[in-house]
Amino acid sequence: MSRSSGGDRRTALGRVRGLGSAKEGVHHWWVQRLTAVALIPLSLWFIVGLIKAANGGYAAAAQWLARPMSAVMAVLLLIALFHHTQLGLQVVIEDYVHHEGVKLALVVVVKLASFLLAAVGIFAVLHLAFVS
Amino acid sequence: MSQRPLSPHLQIYRLQLTSLLSITHRATGIGLAVGAPVLTWWLMALATGPGAYSSFVMVFDNWLGLVFLVGWTWALFYHLANGIRHLFWDSGVGLELTSTYTSGWIVVLTSVALTVVCWIIAVQGWLL
Repeated sequence: MSRSSGGDRRTALGRVRGLGSAKEGVHHWWVQRLTAVALIPLSLWFIVGLIKAANGGYAAAAQWLARPMSAVMAVLLLIALFHHTQLGLQVVIEDYVHHEGVKLALVVVVKLASFLLAAVGIFAVLHLAFVS
Repeated sequence: MSQRPLSPHLQIYRLQLTSLLSITHRATGIGLAVGAPVLTWWLMALATGPGAYSSFVMVFDNWLGLVFLVGWTWALFYHLANGIRHLFWDSGVGLELTSTYTSGWIVVLTSVALTVVCWIIAVQGWLL
């Protein structure tokens, strides 16, 4: 049967079933690297700040994160961290879980949970910066 | 389909440093993904107040909590160092066999050294 243009090598049946490459691999790969590069300075900043605040108890940690620059860095860290995490776990699930339904369910759970945890974390940082 | 042999054949596969570091990168990534919700929990405890914060501290202020915290510290430094190694590979640098072993040992040593240094500083409170 005829193939569509644009290099789609799937058979007609494969296309109908929606299996095979979705042509999203390059974007996934690129964003994984982009967030990785962002996480180099962001995670190092967080570790240094955490060690500085480690022995100061609640007040030291809260005051550190409430500072404008710290709050901005913490929000950026949460965005990059949970985006990177969700992309990485997706690859792990796709590699080891072979049941299509379970695979899809796990990927959805991981992506929604990452979104939720990032949102809650960002809210907590903003609360420390603006309210506490 | 399921009768086809696995490659690498895991029962007779001789592990090398390169493959061991590769699977460790994935393992530390999964470990850090488990730790990421704890970061959110810590931030929410801070935002909620001193009471919630002391409840959080109580969970980790014991030997088992310390094992997890030190483990996450090492996992972070390992994933960070090996991630940088991966970024060099992505740009086509350091792909020769000897370079992969050299960079591999650098990753192992720096991740352990940074973990030790961090915890010594944290416990001693040198930066305060």
